[in-house]
Amino acid sequence: MPATDIHNPSEAQPVNTAILRLTVNNHPGVMLQICGLFVRRNFNLEGIFCSAVDQGATSCIWLKVDETDKLDQVIKQLTKLEDVLAIEERPDARPGVSEMEAMMARIG
Amino acid sequence: MHTLNGAQIIIRQLEQLGVDTIAGIPGGANLPLYDALAASTTIRHVLARHEQGAGFIAQGIARTTGKPAVCFATSGPGATNVLTALADAYLDSVPLVCITGQTPRALIGTDAFQEVDTYGMSMPITKHNYLVRSAADLLTIVPKAFQLAGSGRPGPVLIDVPKDVQTEMVSFESWWPDPLAAGVECSPASDAAQAITAAAAMINAAARPMLYLGGGVIHAGAASVARKLAEQGEIPTVVTLMGLGILPSEHPLSLGMLGMHAPRATNLAMEECDLLIAAGVRFDDRATGRISAFCPGAKVIHVDIDASEIGKLRSVDAGIAGDARAAFVALLPHIEKQPRPEWRRRIRQLQQDHPRFHPDDFSPGRPFHLIRQVAELAGPEAYISTDVGKHQMWVAQAYPLTRPRQLLTSGGLGTMGFGLPAAIGAALAHPDKPVVCFTGDGSLQMNIQELATAVEQQAPVKIVVLNNQSLGLVRQQQRLFYEQQYFASSYRIKVDFAAIARGFGLQAFDLDGADDPDALLTKAMQTPGPCLINVPIDIEEEVTPMVPPGAANTTMIGGSHARN
Repeated sequence: MPATDIHNPSEAQPVNTAILRLTVNNHPGVMLQICGLFVRRNFNLEGIFCSAVDQGATSCIWLKVDETDKLDQVIKQLTKLEDVLAIEERPDARPGVSEMEAMMARIG
Repeated sequence: MHTLNGAQIIIRQLEQLGVDTIAGIPGGANLPLYDALAASTTIRHVLARHEQGAGFIAQGIARTTGKPAVCFATSGPGATNVLTALADAYLDSVPLVCITGQTPRALIGTDAFQEVDTYGMSMPITKHNYLVRSAADLLTIVPKAFQLAGSGRPGPVLIDVPKDVQTEMVSFESWWPDPLAAGVECSPASDAAQAITAAAAMINAAARPMLYLGGGVIHAGAASVARKLAEQGEIPTVVTLMGLGILPSEHPLSLGMLGMHAPRATNLAMEECDLLIAAGVRFDDRATGRISAFCPGAKVIHVDIDASEIGKLRSVDAGIAGDARAAFVALLPHIEKQPRPEWRRRIRQLQQDHPRFHPDDFSPGRPFHLIRQVAELAGPEAYISTDVGKHQMWVAQAYPLTRPRQLLTSGGLGTMGFGLPAAIGAALAHPDKPVVCFTGDGSLQMNIQELATAVEQQAPVKIVVLNNQSLGLVRQQQRLFYEQQYFASSYRIKVDFAAIARGFGLQAFDLDGADDPDALLTKAMQTPGPCLINVPIDIEEEVTPMVPPGAANTTMIGGSHARN
């Protein structure tokens, strides 16, 4: 994941990315399932953030996807993964994701 | 209360799921599983000679029955060897459940003996996969794996089981309810009714419609209703390699296989269609040629159970994400009977201008002559497997296939070495039916060790080797596209396949130099048990016509009636 040079999250964001929120089964292979899919389907993944929820039974994965023209295919292919329980397109979460990116940049 | 170890749980569940045959090879990491299997009275184990062979034997069972079949392999090389068969099953949507042994949990990640990351390696080539972390998890994982393999778009599922999970004792109250018994219904999408109405209107309004059917139609058990749809709407029909058998080759609406090695008239007719009704197909490049030039003037209806296939390569005017059988049944009452005389006349004209076959093609000693002779001797009940190469395309072009699941062939992955073990699997699943394996000398050498399995199991497979002492399709491409620089595409030694087969304990016949090859072939085909028939084929016999890779389907090279 590139530590993007977004220093000011309040600036207008490029519109060629989409924000997806996945709910997935929480086990050690699930990140590989998601990242592997992006590699083998030739989709670009700009950012990923993952955290266990629901007392560890599931995880929540935020994806920043640089494929607005292929987004339908990205979502359909993700839907096919058995470990993916739910997918939401979450444009409303863009400011939050930008904040997270800025925080990552600050941590360095 | 039951108390069993993990391996016993797996075997008991396989028995409950109705598995009667497992192909595999034991090794250090799956010995507990074999120990439990030895106690089974209902499951027959087929000892393959290479794990890839085991995977393809299971495929032979699965492709002919439509039900998930099972293969076993040990960790490390056992697992890596079986991967090719899994990838093959993945690309052709074949339901398999592969159970591999793995090093004990405590050793995972330590580069232990025969340890590889089977879970990681199988991920991109399976529908789903598991690394089992406790024996209790097997109670849910095994039935779930079967359900996944056989439902929706079928595919292979791998379960990697560490050796100490196989030996771990578990006490449990009840078996997981069988998800297959409950029945997995493919619920149509909510907008299906609307899509059906739209699709029916497009079909009724079309002047030059074309049905384009693939393996998904066979998986859905939709071949007969697809035929009804074609007949009711008088719609000419093409099939993919995986769709061969949906419509008998001699059916008046059948235009045969489309794409790289299609009859000229078929590809030319597709160019002119104004509506493409695609079902259970994925617009593979070998079928479509250059996709931007494929059926350029046609609207598209696409029926597929895998929603991600709809619009993946070709945008659609009506997409029906669902079971092909359900979709065709829903469509039928809306399809008007239309004779479409102009369209039928135009296609007949194309077929007259570019006949599919030339009488010379059937001269003695030529591939089509042999294939038709074998077909006659094998009879309509026979299952036919092929390997990959020229012989495969000749079979696809000329064998009189009459029913779905009759042809077993490696379509998507194009795996040389598929034919013999797949034929053994078909013979095990259908002991009362003839099974013929058409292979080439190149392909046969990729899994020739399974001749031993055929003999050991007394699988009555008739192996017809079309022997041109070369990698024929490679050589053909070097001739056509690499200025006849033939390199690494012919074999410098002549292998005596009949002698090798006899060494394995098969009956063997060699048509090379035979006084009466026809009589010898007849005798060979009538020989009980497994048997190999070596047939010399001229190295210059080509597969024609041919669309160059990456070209439009209307760019066809060669053929007895080449007219560009």
